[in-house]
Order: sequence, then C-alpha cells, then structure tokens
Amino acid sequence: MMARLWNRRTRAFLLVMPMALFIAVFFVWPLVIMVKQSVSDTAVLQILPRTADEVAGWDRASPPSEAMQAALIADLRAATDEKAVGDMVRRLNSAQSGFRTLMSKTISAVAKPETGPLLAPVDKRWMQPPYWIAIADALEPRTDRYLLAAVDLERDATGDITQMPEGSSANRLIFGRTFWIAGLVTLFCVLIGYPYALLIAASTGTTRAILLAAVLLPLWTSLLVRTAAWFILLQEQGLINGFLLSTGVIASPLALIFNRTGVVIAMTHVLLPLMVLPIYSVLVTIPTNLMPAATSLGAHPLRAFVHVMLPLSLRGVVSGMLLVFMTAVGYYITPALVGGAGDQMISAIIAFYSTQTANWSMASALGMVLLAITLVLYVVYAQLSGRNSIGGRM
Amino acid sequence: MTIKNGIRGFGLVSAAILAFAATPGLAGDLTIVGWGGATQDGQREAYFKPFAAKEGIKVLEDSWDGGYGVLQSKVNAGNPNWDVVQVESEELVLGCADGIYEKLDWAQIGPKEDFLEESVSDCGIGTLTSGTGLAYDSEKLPDGPKSWVDFWDLKKYPGKRALRKGPKYTLEFALMGDGVPADKVYEVLATPEGVDRAFKKLEELGPNLIWWEAGAQPIQYLASGEVAMSAAYNGRVSNVNAKEGKKFVFVWPGNVVATDSWVILKGSANKEAAQKAIAFMSQPENQAKMPKYVAYGITNKKAAAEVPPELEKNLPTNVDNLKGALPLGVDFWIDNNESLTQRFNAWLATR
Amino acid sequence: MADFHIRLDGVTKTYGSLRVVDNLRLDIIRGEFLSLLGPSGSGKTTILMMLAGFQDASEGTIYVDGNMINDIPSHKRNMGVVFQSYALFPHMSVAQNVAFPLKMRGFGRSDIRERVERALDMVQLSTMKDRKPSQLSGGQQQRVALARALVFEPGVVLMDEPLGALDKQLREQMQLDIRELHARLGLTIVFVTHDQSEALTMSDRIAVFNKGRIEQIDTPRMIYDHPATRFVAEFIGETNLMEGEIAGREGDEAMVRLSDGCMMRVRARDGLERGAKVLVTIRPEKVELSDPPAAANSFPVTVSDTIYQGDHFRVQLQGAGQRFIARRDRRAAEWPQGARLHATFAADDCWVIAP
Ligand SMILES: Nc1ncnc2c1ncn2[C@@H]1O[C@H](COP(=O)(O)OP(=O)(O)OP(=O)(O)O)[C@@H](O)[C@H]1O
Ligand SMILES: [Mg+2]
Repeated sequence: MMARLWNRRTRAFLLVMPMALFIAVFFVWPLVIMVKQSVSDTAVLQILPRTADEVAGWDRASPPSEAMQAALIADLRAATDEKAVGDMVRRLNSAQSGFRTLMSKTISAVAKPETGPLLAPVDKRWMQPPYWIAIADALEPRTDRYLLAAVDLERDATGDITQMPEGSSANRLIFGRTFWIAGLVTLFCVLIGYPYALLIAASTGTTRAILLAAVLLPLWTSLLVRTAAWFILLQEQGLINGFLLSTGVIASPLALIFNRTGVVIAMTHVLLPLMVLPIYSVLVTIPTNLMPAATSLGAHPLRAFVHVMLPLSLRGVVSGMLLVFMTAVGYYITPALVGGAGDQMISAIIAFYSTQTANWSMASALGMVLLAITLVLYVVYAQLSGRNSIGGRM
Repeated sequence: MTIKNGIRGFGLVSAAILAFAATPGLAGDLTIVGWGGATQDGQREAYFKPFAAKEGIKVLEDSWDGGYGVLQSKVNAGNPNWDVVQVESEELVLGCADGIYEKLDWAQIGPKEDFLEESVSDCGIGTLTSGTGLAYDSEKLPDGPKSWVDFWDLKKYPGKRALRKGPKYTLEFALMGDGVPADKVYEVLATPEGVDRAFKKLEELGPNLIWWEAGAQPIQYLASGEVAMSAAYNGRVSNVNAKEGKKFVFVWPGNVVATDSWVILKGSANKEAAQKAIAFMSQPENQAKMPKYVAYGITNKKAAAEVPPELEKNLPTNVDNLKGALPLGVDFWIDNNESLTQRFNAWLATR
Repeated sequence: MADFHIRLDGVTKTYGSLRVVDNLRLDIIRGEFLSLLGPSGSGKTTILMMLAGFQDASEGTIYVDGNMINDIPSHKRNMGVVFQSYALFPHMSVAQNVAFPLKMRGFGRSDIRERVERALDMVQLSTMKDRKPSQLSGGQQQRVALARALVFEPGVVLMDEPLGALDKQLREQMQLDIRELHARLGLTIVFVTHDQSEALTMSDRIAVFNKGRIEQIDTPRMIYDHPATRFVAEFIGETNLMEGEIAGREGDEAMVRLSDGCMMRVRARDGLERGAKVLVTIRPEKVELSDPPAAANSFPVTVSDTIYQGDHFRVQLQGAGQRFIARRDRRAAEWPQGARLHATFAADDCWVIAP
C-alpha cells in the first residue's frame, strides 16, 4: 500500500519534472536575475574602493580633494578586469554624460607612471563636482535609482524622491500608453473576434477550414511580409484610401499608417487569432440545441444569445482577452514599423536599454515595473470576471 | 517509469538544455556577421565566397541591426557563436574599452599607413564608409533641396519628411537645418542650449515629420511618394537608382560620414580563421570589388585607386563628396547616446 | 368534425434533391397523445423541428388553431419542446432553468417562484432546485427538461425521443409519469420515438413513418392488429407473412391459396377480388400448435428450434414451404427439435394486406 502510494507520488513528480525544470530555468531564474539587476549597484564600488573611502568625507560642492584624486588614480591603476571597468564606465556615464571619454582619457593617462597625483592636467572636467557626485552616488551596493527612474522619479540632493525634470524622461507616459494601446487592441479583438468565432463555429466543412485559415494567416506570415501588406493597404496612396476616394466616401485620404490608428489596426490583425481561437474552442463545446431550446422557451434570439450563448462562451472571451492583452503589452516591433512617433511602447524602451546601451539595470527595472503593473491588472481582472471563468470549471 | 529512468531522463533534458543554450559555431566553421541587404550580398561575392574557396574554410553568415548590448551579452555568456562582426564606430570604441573584442594582429593585415586614418584601431579595421544624408526623388521634385535648411523649408517643399528614429544623425541634421555649419555641429550639440535648439528645430516640422528605423524604409517612402524627402543611406540611394532606374538624388553637403569596422568577438573559437578573413577582406584587390555592389567607401587607399571613376564618384569618400560632409562624432555619441536617447524618447512620447 | 389542434398540409422538407419529409398531411387532435414512430432517418425529428419553428418547411402549410404559423418565429409559437439530450442550460441551476421561460415572458418574481415550485413538485425534484444540471442523474435531468417545457403551460408539447437515454426501468416509470401528466393537464403531445413498444403503451394514436411519408396513422390497437402495409406489419412487433392469392369468398370469409398450394381461410375484406395477390399476416402468439390436426386452417409443420425467453418460448417452425414463428406459454410442454406438429391459424386472427 505504502509502496503503491509512493510509486504514484514519484510518477506524478517525474511527470511534472520537465515542466518544473523548464519554468525554473527559463522563467524563475531570469526573473530572480532581473530583480537583482534592477536593485544592485556594485559596478563602481568594485573598481573604486579607495576612492569610495575618500569620497565619504567630501561635501559634494567644493572641488575634489587631492586625496580623492590620488585614490582614483590608485584604483584605476589597480583595476585589471577590462569588462568590470567597462561596466563601471557605463554606470557612471549613464548618470553623467561625458564619463566615457573622460574615463578612457584618464585610463590611458594613468597607465603612464608620471601621471598624478592630480587629475586636472589629464582633463579639467575632473575639477567639476558633478563627475564626483556621480561617483559618490554610485557607491551603495543596493540602489533604487533604476526603479525610480523607471517611473520618472529620482532622488534629489537631500535624498528625497522627486519628479525628474520635465522632458528628460517619459516612462510613465509610455507605460500608460502601452496599457492603453493593449486595451484598445483587446477591445477591437473582442469586437471582431467574437462574431467571427461564432461564424466559424456555425460553419462546417471547407467553409470552416477556410475561415480558420484566414484568421491564422497572420501567424503564418513573416513580420516583413505582413508589414509590407499593411503598408500597401494603409498608406495614403494605398488600397483602402484608393477605394474610399474612388467611391467618394472621403474627399481626402485618411491617415491610416504611422499613427495610433495604424498601430491598432496592425496589432489587432496580428493578435486576432489569439482571441478567435479560445472563443472558438469554447463555442464548439456548447451543445447546438441550447439556442433552439431557449427560443422554444420564448426567448427572442437576441435574448437567447445574451442569456445562454454569451455566459457559456465567456470563459473563452476571458482567456482570449488575457492572451491578447498580455501579448499586446509586450509588442514593440509592429508599433515601430506602422506607428508614428507617439506610439512607441514600453518594450521598445526596454529593448533600447538592453540591446543598445547594455544598461541591464535600467532594462530590468522597467521590466519589473511592467511585470508589477501587469500582475495588478491581472488580479483586478480576475476579480471582475469571476474566479470561475478564469481557469475554473464552467 | 522507474526512478532510474527518470534520473536518466532528467540528465538528458539538462544536457539538451545546456547544449541548446550554448551552441558555439562548430570550430572550423567561421561565422561572419554583416548588416544584411545589398551590402552583405556584395560582401558575399567579394569576400566570403573567395575567402572560403581560398582557405578551404566553411563560412557561415548571419546578420544583425547593431546594438552594443547584443555583442556584450554574447561575449559575457562565453563561447560566442559569432566570430567576425561588422560594427559601427561607437560599438568599436566601446567594445574595445570593455575588452569584448580580440586585439587584431596588424602584421597579418598590412601597413597601417595603407588605410584611412579613421579606420585603424587596436580592435578593428574599417571596412566601409557610409554617408547618411538628405535624399529625394528628382522625378517628383525637379528643383530639389540642396541642404538641410531646405529640408526645413515647408513652404518651398511641401510634404512629409522622414528621419531616422533616434537622436543620432537627427540632432546633427536639425542643427544644420537651423544654420549651424557642419564643422560646428558637435560643438553646439555639446551644450545643453544646443540640444534644446536641435529639439526645437525638430518641433518645427510638426506633423510633417515621420520616422524610419530600417534602412530600406526611407527608400520605400520616397518611392511611394509618402514623403517628399528623407534622411537615407547613400548606398541604398545608389542602389535603387541602379537597380530600379529611379532618379533619386543624395545631397552630399551635410551628410554624416561614418565608418563600419570588422572586429573579432573575444573568446571566438575560430580566432585564427577570423584573423585571416579580416586580412583577406582588407586586401586592396578584394576591397576594390565592393563598390560594384554597393556605393560605400572603402578604407584601403590602394584599393580606392583601383575603383572605376564612374563608381568612385558615388562614394562618400570621393573628394568632391567630402566637401561639407560631417564626420560622425564618435566621442560625442559614446558619451551622450544614452541620455540623449532617453530625452529623445521622452520628447517623442509627449509630442 | 374533430377539433384539430394542429394541421400539416402538404408539408415537404427537402435537402437538395433529398425529400426528407414528403408532402405530409397530418391532423393532430386537441388533447391527443400522438406518437411519430419510424426507423432512423425517416424524418421524425425534421417534422418536430418544423412544428417548433427551428426549420422552415420547403413547401406546405402548418396551421395551429386554424391559423397558419409558417412565418411565426420559434419564440412566439408557445410550444414546449423536450429534446432528446435535454438541452438544459449548464450554467443555470435547476430552478433557474425552469424559471427561464417565465422570465422570458415577463412574469413577476413571486409568481415565477410559485410556478417553478409547483412544476418541480410535479416532477418530484423540489429538493434539487439549487443544483446544476451536471449534478443530476439522467432521469432527473429529463424531469427538469419536462418541468421546463411545461411550466409556461404551452398548448402543445413536442418531445423528441425524450426517454432514449434512460435505462429500461426508469424509462417505463417516466412513460407512466408523462402519460399521467398528459391526462391531468389535457395537453396535446407530439412524441417522437423509434421504440415501438413505447409508442404502443403511451399513445392515443401512432403515425408510422417511412422515408418521409406516413404509412399508417391509427390507434395502437389497430396498428398492431390490422397493419395497413407490409412495412407496418414488419416494423411493429413480430409477424408471420405468407404470400398467396384470393381463391374465392364464402360469406365473411375468404379463401387464400398459398404459394405451395395449401388453402387458407381468412377474414374477408372489402376489395379483395378473386385472383388478387395478397399477404397473410398472423402474429406469433396467435399461432396454435397441437399434435393432432385441428379443424380448418391446419398445416403440418416441423419444429426446427425452441428458444427459452423467460416468460415464453419462441418456437421456430418449418412448413408449407416457409418458416414460421410461434409463441408458447412457458408452462406448455416443450417439443424436441424435429417434432412433427400441426399449426392452426384461426381465420379471425389472419389479416390480409396488399403485398
Ligand atoms: N441539415 C441536413 N442536411 C441534409 N440532410 C439532413 C439534414 N438534417 C437531416 N437530414 C436528413 O434528413 C433525414 C431525416 O432526418 P431526421 O433527423 O428527421 O430523422 P429521424 O427520423 O429523426 O431519425 P432518428 O430516429 O435517427 O433521429 C435523414 O436522412 C438525415 O440524414
Ligand atoms: Mg431524430
């Protein structure tokens, strides 16, 4: 008896192993790294320990003391790991532009034994407090500056949290826009996808296959082909404008691409399958005789739909909306290709920090904020749509 | 399933994951990474195929769109699956300082004096020089713009304009459009007032300004008439003229000239072959073949002399074309790219 | 003239070239229990669907209370429908299911509660009103469907094989329940089944369908004892069929010469002329078996098999050039295989139909 129980347990355990392992390696681990990246700030401290000691007693306003300058030279002479130095420079430059050229100049200067103990001869920028403040602010191993910066906040000279100056960062706006666009796309996907799923579920044979293929097509075509297609369709001299102009519906071409409209159209197009498929898969499980039953009981077809079809298919709608929304939140290539200047989404900013400037901390912090907001929205959504409809049984 | 099987299964899965996570190019197969498009098509004919044939080495190709973080993460992960990569000048400088490239053995390549000064570095060697500048379709605009000042003249040249999305090039063009001479651009841009001035200039175009990200886009926009003029790469412009019989014009004064280089990623399993490939691609007789495929300047001075004049006149390195050109401020951008991009994004977001 | 509740006049349903219901004329009397009986695919469900308004007739007219209803949509027809698979709404409780038609008709809250309670009492499910359909047994679900179809007091109830999915015992119980409700509420019920014994026990009248046409419509008794066609004779119960032709008439009896030359005396029927080809049918339980020959209509037969069937024996016989089946009381003596006997068919029990 015990053996059998144990056996069953091991079997269950072994069955979930690959999945658990997969999640651990490809989800939990990166997530932990991301969290660490977004708050850890050791790049400068690692390379400049002596400078750190000297800077501790500095008043942040007067020119740097001789001891500080000597310590910096000593630290740079002691540094051997090029990559770690690179990380330090990147960290300092992201706080104070100009550090890169300043540092590369200084590093090649300190390689010569005659340099020192003062830095002014190397570059007079070393006499300006902002560069030293940047160093002083980068010496705590834990920091909230990235998380704050992700939502356009920073600490002022006294350490209080304040707004970043106007025009220097717009992450909050971009976050808001990202969720707004994702919401719009989700809405349009429901409005188009639900009737379409009904149509597929009601059809049979070849018609059904064709209708399904039509909605799956965007998943099968490459991004470039799709983009070219949107371009042909939506541009000012494009097919849609051409048609509308020739039929006299409009007098001058509509702006359908390189603006919000284009982004919403294109994303709705790509994400429609994610809405249609879950709804469709729920619809086909609904017995076909429920609607006739409802009408025979005196319900007008519309009321029959509202009272029977809609609640029964809600499960599909709920999961479709989740899928579309979550996917839409992460989009950035499509908005970049068919959107206008004001349609950049937050993933584009994250991609910029990770692939362009290798500022992993900032990328992680933005990712954390995105994850947190998404989780909050999910919880609210789960509450609103009822626990049963999400994942629960009917 | 028994426990033993399970454990063996587990081992297999993890082995598979590890193998997948770190697939180095098989030692012996050299992977060279360019920027795709017509340029890489040309590089294949001029460099990759003859090199593979000569050395009996299999050359694999890949292409990318730049991004320093991409290279950094590849090298930091160890065992990079790319060997030779074509990088832009800032990536060259940054990576060289960070030590993510192997140092080149110049003895194998040849005397440094044979090459243009800006293409010589410890970690890389320049391979092509491109111009980014003002382009328009002369069939649609017979009396076209002559300068960036004209680019901003909405009265004389109505219609939309396209610029590359991002601060690099765009801010330079904006200042030149505001009358700053080419040789003063970076001086002005280095001051906060200069940056404000550039953004204000961009503001002037209002809804007439759209953005592109891939090099093929501006050509498409010009061809379809979506925009009246655009910033574009000179090679793309020559290419569409040659291949599709267009009459696009690239305005040389005020173009920003930048050099791309070959580098070897640190930890490359094929360092030897990579070094040989770079040497091969830098030989004058091989470089001289490139302008036939795409109108980018070449860096070996001896090779430049061998290019036929009708091709040479389209290169950014042509003496006449260099008049009024602006060499890319590499130092400026490695210092300011992050902060200016942040500002640029914020500015875009609030427009 | 009888009080016709529903009249189908020349109703036809075609799918492409397939005539699923073929020029149907059928009058349904107010308050009657009419069964539509027929093999699978004979068009029974299709007729019901047209009555309920789920499908349009391709041709013909349907009248209810003398008014044409072809163009009246389903939800205004006021007919209760019970589906073979119940069609309960899975997301609603039992009470909500039963309340649905009342809600659609705008009944007041307390009125609805009262009526639902009464309907559930009627089907003895008051204690389960808060359960979901998935928490009920098949029979219970069936009773909910019934309550739901009756609660709004429709004049007509259409049932499509409502008992098909139930086991024998439950089915028989439900048969009685439905009959009792029918009697108590004075409903007109159209009941589709392909179970002939169900049709026989429940119906006032049975319409036997074959390929979209009515073969015969009559009381169960007439359908069983006096089938109008060979199809009906064979479809309802078991029967013995003998081919022959009319050899002559004697008063209210006629002589039939069977194919092997034997003469048989049957009850006469109008229109049977001398020389007409006929089929003689006799039910197995009407076949008498005896050792010595009885009077008339006796044929020598041989027992080829005897099968024990619980309450009776089924005896297979060979004689007069064909096979017969007879039923014998379980207490009767058993004959061994090969026993030579005489089978007697009383003239009154023999029924003659056109071949
Ligand atoms: N939508 C349809 N298209 C084509 N033929 C159909 C369609 N619906 C029904 N039929 C055909 O109509 C005929 C009658 O169908 P119907 O469902 O009325 O039979 P039934 O008598 O109810 O049979 P059963 O006892 O098996 O339920 C069948 O041959 C069926 O194949
Ligand atoms: Mg049926």
